[in-house]
Amino acid sequence: MSETVKKRSKSRVSGVDRFLTVVRVLMATLIVIGIVAFIAQQVWPGNPFADWRNPDARGLTGDQFKGLVVSGLSQGAMYGLIALGYSMVYGVLGFINFAHGEVFMVGTMSGWITSEKLHDAGLWESNFILSLFLIILVAITTSTVTAIITERIAYRPLRSSPRLIPLITSIGVSFFIQNAVLGLFGPASKGYPRLPEWLSKQRSIFTVEIAGTKILVMVVAAISMASLWYLVERTQTGRAMRAVAEDKEIASLMGINVNRTIVITFGVGGAMAGVGGILWGLLFRSVTHMTGFLPGIKAFTAAVVGGIGNMGGAMAGGVFLGSAESIAPMVILEPLGVPGVSQLKDAVAFTVLVLVLLFKPSGLFGEKLSQEDRA
Amino acid sequence: MMTVALGSRKLFDQNWKRILFWGGICALSQVFICLVGLPSELNRRILIESTLSLGYLFILWIPLVFGYIVSKMVELEGIENPKPGAADLLSGALTGLIGSLGLVLLMLGIENLDMRDPLINWNPKLFRLLTFENSIAFGSLVWIPVGVGLGTFGAFLHQISAQIRKMITYATFGLFSFAILEDVIDDLSEGFRLEWLNDLIYAKKGGMTVTSTIIIAVLLALLPLLVRGKLKTKVATYRSDVTPEGKRRNSIILFSTIAVLVIVLPWFLGGIVNELLANVGLFLLLALGLNIVVGLAGLLDLGYVAFFAVGGYTTAVFTSPNSPWFSPETHFGISLLVVVVMATLAGLLIGAPVIRMRGDYLAIVTLGFGEIIRLLFLSDWLKPYLGGSQGITNIPAIDLGPWEVRGADPRSVFYMVLAFCVIAIYISWRLQGSRLGRAWMAIREDESVAEVMGINTVNSKLMAFVVGAVLASFSGAVLAAKVGSVFPKSFEILVSIIILVVVIVGGMGSITGVMVGSLVLIGILGGPRQPGLLQEFQNYKLLIYGALLVFMMLKRPEGLVPTARRTRELHQEEYLQDAWLGDDETEETKEVGEKL
Repeated sequence: MSETVKKRSKSRVSGVDRFLTVVRVLMATLIVIGIVAFIAQQVWPGNPFADWRNPDARGLTGDQFKGLVVSGLSQGAMYGLIALGYSMVYGVLGFINFAHGEVFMVGTMSGWITSEKLHDAGLWESNFILSLFLIILVAITTSTVTAIITERIAYRPLRSSPRLIPLITSIGVSFFIQNAVLGLFGPASKGYPRLPEWLSKQRSIFTVEIAGTKILVMVVAAISMASLWYLVERTQTGRAMRAVAEDKEIASLMGINVNRTIVITFGVGGAMAGVGGILWGLLFRSVTHMTGFLPGIKAFTAAVVGGIGNMGGAMAGGVFLGSAESIAPMVILEPLGVPGVSQLKDAVAFTVLVLVLLFKPSGLFGEKLSQEDRA
Repeated sequence: MMTVALGSRKLFDQNWKRILFWGGICALSQVFICLVGLPSELNRRILIESTLSLGYLFILWIPLVFGYIVSKMVELEGIENPKPGAADLLSGALTGLIGSLGLVLLMLGIENLDMRDPLINWNPKLFRLLTFENSIAFGSLVWIPVGVGLGTFGAFLHQISAQIRKMITYATFGLFSFAILEDVIDDLSEGFRLEWLNDLIYAKKGGMTVTSTIIIAVLLALLPLLVRGKLKTKVATYRSDVTPEGKRRNSIILFSTIAVLVIVLPWFLGGIVNELLANVGLFLLLALGLNIVVGLAGLLDLGYVAFFAVGGYTTAVFTSPNSPWFSPETHFGISLLVVVVMATLAGLLIGAPVIRMRGDYLAIVTLGFGEIIRLLFLSDWLKPYLGGSQGITNIPAIDLGPWEVRGADPRSVFYMVLAFCVIAIYISWRLQGSRLGRAWMAIREDESVAEVMGINTVNSKLMAFVVGAVLASFSGAVLAAKVGSVFPKSFEILVSIIILVVVIVGGMGSITGVMVGSLVLIGILGGPRQPGLLQEFQNYKLLIYGALLVFMMLKRPEGLVPTARRTRELHQEEYLQDAWLGDDETEETKEVGEKL
């Protein structure tokens, strides 16, 4: 009898499994075909394999490709900064802070207000470095305060409730912040003031043409990342954070103030989002109340790609996702004969999320979570 | 345990820090609400003729609530609180005062500083509203006493008997409902040829007249006095005396009355209210589907709008002559069959990859799927098939022999939606108690345990996805026929979130709750694109939905009309604590305590 039960249950489950295997194989095949067709096109334009799906595809010149990679990397660095917030909060509390994208948006918004005022005062032109420092400071402060307040009001009372409840709450918080900003500052898109010429002009580094802004973005992201690494790995506070992530009860027995540590985690995540917000402002120079939504979800994707709870992974995941969404439409979709590929950038980011969870649910670099959270 | 009895506090024996804290929050909330633009925008809507507009109401409730909060005692086991007295009133009054000072500062700020650049509501319109088109001094003279008064009143609410508190609550909420239901009552009285009644209650320019306000308030306040406990004993005796046959007979009578009312009433209602009801029905259909996925099976599907879109687009492709690629121009009934097939497929396709994921991953991935589907509908890639951003237009009305269901005739749409809702309610109701329904609830509570108990979790979860998908696609199909066109814009992620709010506010897993939730929320505030009774809310709907979601999760996660089981689950700890204390053990806690 046990034999039949085993058989039945096995055959029942494998329906979905088989389907998923088919999906995995199909997706992998499509990606491989796309890439091979792309390479074929580059190496030998007009060969039958390259023309098989899309004879009109022109491929990319070397400079175009480098440009895509560079913009992907700089955007990815930004996603990585936001992803750190998701990752840290997930590591410590085990829930997805859906409102983190809004924390990022608030940072961008406050940066816009400050930069506008500085521009009016003339400081923006005369001393750009100082004003950049100032707007980053303001953005960090606003984002940190927003993150801490939401933690205090919305998440702390729910710490012991079922897992989905804080997630639903954070969706509510996200919509509240979004629409509060809409009400306060209006629906129009706000433009950052023009950047100084010496910063935004194209520079050539190792034969790669790259805008100065993008270099700045990558440098700032690298500095923030390094200081965060120092905070988490080398200081007392960082050790407390890691301990709380591992086990809250035991951490509190060891004399760690768990509440304070959680607040610090939210604060640090918020600060990183604030820096990310300014980088967004410098890269795209415009902000609306909806700015936080897509980057927020993409940053979450980045955190998952890198293995949620793993901070180095979050940064790497961000860079991976940024490059993927900038390169994949041209390299994989265009050779497959999909028209209007640039519209599908966001769809590619979401597809990456689905694919990563299908192929390697623990992320590319593995999760660093305590046993309890993994259940 | 020692019990310390205390008399009333001395008047100035105050917790100043607490007052300052809550007063500060009160002031901040008032200033925030002003700057978000709620009062200026909602000032158009008059509640009581020449006295109160919805805009002012949005400022006024704040000191009341904070006065109530600040004077609330924390009840500790074994320590008797000091008797409430004048000192508590003072703390309430001070809170209200600080709140009003915030408004005064705001007025001064608007006059002297120019902050219009980032803050769009930092403008003369708000200033005129706050000063009552007069000077700052006049405005302060009004706001300070009003704030102090409301704060005191809020504190006073703790000190009056439950009976009087009940009367006040009845009067307030009753008046509020009368004021916001103006359009409905107007419509109804016209339908029943009772215009004089309408003229009696409401002023010509909108809003209730002062006299009718007072009369209705008094009547409503007397209501609890009249029924005072009688209703409760009646219900109790009915419950204990009734035989099963009697119960069945009574519920049949109840149901048929409701059915007759719902069927007959639309004939007495005008176009606007019928349109509203049709929208409520469409969202009820969606919410019932999501209720199965989230409420019963516990799968937080944030991409639910995808199924709505599948229903809408399938109907459009199969019935519209304008469909760019494949246009069989079938009858709605035939397309509905295709819709069911497509929705099932979509449910399986989206469900299969996510079914093994953890709850929170599932939420984000479904959200991703929802966006992917919308982006695909929008893209140039599928434009030759689905019309891209122009969508598919010219979807014909539903031809039902003698009747025709089309958007211009909201009554017919309402009946159509009603039919689908009845089917959906029946399905949900039957599923709840079925083997599958119980399996869902078991999975919701603990998946591993459910699996060990022999439930095939994968199949059950897939079934939940499919049933939810089919119900949502019905709603999409009717929407397509109602509007006559489908655009990717109608299927934004917002729809999923609003339906989630409806399900959560109503009560996850409770059919009545979902019905109440969609009637109240969609009816009053409106859907993502559809205006509700309070059309003035259009721009602030999402702000309120967001706040409501947070509030419900914090204060009442089981929803307005919860199911008994859900309540117990969410308040398990409290029940356990009560059972442990053992002092005032109620039937319910005993039961739960024993079970655990």
